[in-house]
Amino acid sequence: MIENRPWLTFASHATLLTGIALVALPVWMALVASTHPASAFGAGHIPLWFGDAGAETWGTVLFEKAGNGVDTPVWFMMLNSLIMALGITFGKIAISLLSAYAIVFFRFPFRNLCFWIIFMTLMLPVEVRIVPTYEVVANLDLLNSYTGLTLPLIASATATFLFRQCFLSIPGELVEAARMDGAGPWRFFFDILLPLSRTNIAALFVILFIYGWNQYLWPLLITTDDAYYTLVMSIKRMLSVTDGDIAWNQIMATTLLAMLPPVAVVIGMQKLFVKGLVDSEK
Amino acid sequence: MTVTFPQKGLPWLLLLPQLLVTAIFFLWPAEQALEQAFYQEDAFGLSREFIGLENFAALFTDPLYYQSMLTTLVFSFSVAIVGMSLALLLAVMADRVIRGKLAYQTLLIWPYAVAPALAGVLWWILFDPSMGPIALWLKSAGVDWNHYLNGNQAMILVVIASTWKQISYNFLFFLAGLQAVPRSLIEAAAIDGASPFKRFWTIVFPLLSPTTFFLLVVNLVYAFFETFGVIDATTKGGPGQSTTTLVYKVFNDGFVGLDLGGSAAQSVVLMAIVGLMTVIQFRFIERKVQYS
Repeated sequence: MIENRPWLTFASHATLLTGIALVALPVWMALVASTHPASAFGAGHIPLWFGDAGAETWGTVLFEKAGNGVDTPVWFMMLNSLIMALGITFGKIAISLLSAYAIVFFRFPFRNLCFWIIFMTLMLPVEVRIVPTYEVVANLDLLNSYTGLTLPLIASATATFLFRQCFLSIPGELVEAARMDGAGPWRFFFDILLPLSRTNIAALFVILFIYGWNQYLWPLLITTDDAYYTLVMSIKRMLSVTDGDIAWNQIMATTLLAMLPPVAVVIGMQKLFVKGLVDSEK
Repeated sequence: MTVTFPQKGLPWLLLLPQLLVTAIFFLWPAEQALEQAFYQEDAFGLSREFIGLENFAALFTDPLYYQSMLTTLVFSFSVAIVGMSLALLLAVMADRVIRGKLAYQTLLIWPYAVAPALAGVLWWILFDPSMGPIALWLKSAGVDWNHYLNGNQAMILVVIASTWKQISYNFLFFLAGLQAVPRSLIEAAAIDGASPFKRFWTIVFPLLSPTTFFLLVVNLVYAFFETFGVIDATTKGGPGQSTTTLVYKVFNDGFVGLDLGGSAAQSVVLMAIVGLMTVIQFRFIERKVQYS
């Protein structure tokens, strides 16, 4: 605080509150819409205050079926989303830790080449190489499988980079001391390196979980069997009903349930989330 | 690292998982895209013919492709500029307040976690021409809102949904940038009688320029590649071609239009664009490291 200007402080709070209200507006509307019966939407406008069909809609969507052409209940798709998100998160963290360890703590021929091959994956998000990647996965017979959902998305260099940066900041004396005490590479990895990178791993976990949970195009392409539907992509299937009225209340309830886990992670682990966000952009 | 372990075989074992995944799901498809870009394949994948650069020639003489480029530029810069301006305003305000800073931050950053497709759906229902509250309010104010028919309005809708998701990110980085501005500088200017507005424009904003430039690049990359879900869930690239961005076109021509060669050629062009953007981003980061 440089000087006391009450009106400016008031204006700051007012602007922030307006911003928060605008940011929350669509979620508020979705919440209201999910508490009305489907018939309320044909009438020409969305009611602006809560209705009384909320419990029924949320119950149906969660435990019976999401509706609008998707016969799978939301809890089941949540499970699929969770498997995919955790698979991507753990897979990426595991292979990146190992490869960053190899690149930083060992000297071997073609070390730089390996680094550049991994680095190249930064340049191509899956959306850009979507057709050939789909063909490769189809050739490997991985359509409609958890492996197909997770493995192709694990190929990315961001995590490897992050761990490389983090390992490079570890003083060489530490390695020397460990070696003098007779610790081999595995012992060093598990007893020294992993505990030292705990916060980094946790921060990355938060970011990768959101990334994995929010995957949309990839699961949409490779899952045709509802046993593998994930929650975020099922919205698309719900929206593409062609005949009859779209049951907006069910779509809104499903949308809110689909965004709940990652939003809860961001709010609940805010510090780690901010750290992960800042680290992964360095 | 100056001190290393002497093993020669072990590092390969450690690298193996990542190299394998990269080779199978990255190098192989990328190579196929490159190869496919030089062939013409029939829609059933039964036969194909080498046609050299014809796919690229067709691409660069196609007015729809240039239109899509223009759409992408308009879309990306709108998302970047609107999102950054709003986020900067909110960050400056949040930097000023003393009480409730963390609560404000929490309530502003959560949209980052919402999937793009879901963000699209949430805004779609607000703007639905026949029942959305905002669309109805616009109609009563004399604006005939129908993003199913009006290309510009469809563009506004996807820009709003994409920006909404990205404000949180910009806000966090601007707030961090603002907190790094030395207090003594601002105090000195205040003692010299500079008003808060003058202080912002002559001291704070120039000092924020590295953050601003960094965010501009990140936002453009975001709008280019990560907004597929927003577009696919709301406008599907339409009406006409008005919201077909380059990434959406790759998908649309490949999976819907089944023009595999054309789609592959577009992938190759996009790879070049991403490569360029990555280089810009890295050069900037090098500079930041040198000067800070």
